[in-house]
Amino acid sequence: MQDEPTPTELIHAVADFLRNDVMPAMSGHKAFKLRVAINALDLVTRQLTLEQNSDAAEHARLTQLLGKDGSLQELNRALAEGISKGEIGLQTSGIAEHLWQTTMDKLAVDQPNYASYRRELERGSSREPTS
Amino acid sequence: MAASTEDLLARCVATWCAGATGIANATRLSGGASQETWSFDIVHPDGNIGAILRRAPPGYGAAPDRAAGLGAEAMLMQRAYAAGIPSPRVMHVLSPADELGTGFIMGRVDGETIPRKVLRDEQFAGARPKLARQLGGVLAKIHALSPSQLPELRRMTAAGEIAELERDYRNLNWPRPVFDLALRWLRDNDPGPSSEVTLVHGDFRHGNLIIGPDGTRAVLDWELAHFGDPMEDLGWICVNSWRFGEIDKPVGGLGSREELFAGYEAEGRKVDAARVHFWEVMGTLRWGIMCCGMMQRFRSGPDHSMERAMIGRRSSETEIDLLRLLAPRHRRRA
Repeated sequence: MQDEPTPTELIHAVADFLRNDVMPAMSGHKAFKLRVAINALDLVTRQLTLEQNSDAAEHARLTQLLGKDGSLQELNRALAEGISKGEIGLQTSGIAEHLWQTTMDKLAVDQPNYASYRRELERGSSREPTS
Repeated sequence: MAASTEDLLARCVATWCAGATGIANATRLSGGASQETWSFDIVHPDGNIGAILRRAPPGYGAAPDRAAGLGAEAMLMQRAYAAGIPSPRVMHVLSPADELGTGFIMGRVDGETIPRKVLRDEQFAGARPKLARQLGGVLAKIHALSPSQLPELRRMTAAGEIAELERDYRNLNWPRPVFDLALRWLRDNDPGPSSEVTLVHGDFRHGNLIIGPDGTRAVLDWELAHFGDPMEDLGWICVNSWRFGEIDKPVGGLGSREELFAGYEAEGRKVDAARVHFWEVMGTLRWGIMCCGMMQRFRSGPDHSMERAMIGRRSSETEIDLLRLLAPRHRRRA
């Protein structure tokens, strides 16, 4: 067992340092690059915080939809193939809901300020990130 | 030692710009190893002339497979300029004697290309409400250019584009069920070859348009120009990725489809709204796959930059936009 602080706490602290102490001293292209770097660290923090629960929920949905078990990547490959062949589509029960929830969970990590995501979040609590 | 780009530029300018005494303020703007953009001033007794060099340096002649090539780009800009389309004036096409590689030199057009500035800054407040309609008119003029006077370009169809996207997606070897859903929808809804084949700009969106307080000043970057369905350009500019937060204004965050279409039809051309929608779906998927491609290039190098890596994490933005297009949860569309 590794000791504390956790990776999440460490990355969060580094991002805060860069944001609050380093950023004000930067300008031009370096400031732009630093902003990208901070965004990357914030993304990692969100992924470390949210991924476990959203992956578990996605796995449970996929095993039920596909009627078989496997790794998350294997199941996603099977779903992608089924959709590509036309064996699975929006008319399939539960598919639209699954794709929406999975996509919302990706956006919660990747780009939580993306306007389409904000709009869909406002539509109802059922699409909130898996937590 | 080889002469510097600045020295070669000065020598080149002297051969075609009467009275020019040299160049100043040469700055490299952007681009990768194979294509460069430089800004510089031609020093002239009547006043400096702002200029842009777009070139592939010596040894980087071949264009990537989709690209029209710099020679074709120069010719397209000349045709556009002559037809009254907002465009920089091409002043010189590079020749081997210039020793600057392949490419061309054009007049520098002042204005803004950064989307967030165009969409937010006060100085563009007067132009914004007019731009969607104006851009429709610009596209109509581009599509009206006579193919017989244009360079040789790729001929693209919807079916060909779907096949290319599918190949690129399969090469990524990473499952994205929403992309499969979009590919399936595109195959099932392919409207077939367009009855009319025209010049298509191919990348008509923010970043490739110079905007001033008075409106559109120049259309840039004809790198992806081809012959195909004119509705492709109208669909591409409606892709949500170019709205920069203004998601209820489909045309680049500036205005409505109706305004775009009205500007287009005012030039005597017809809009097929269903085809535009089809190309919007195609464009959304295309941008998503391009984002994934950036991630791949980040991994394989040589451009191991954070920016490229982070663009890979923007592909999920196109997934939510594809779901909003193909599986909307309410019957209301932006």
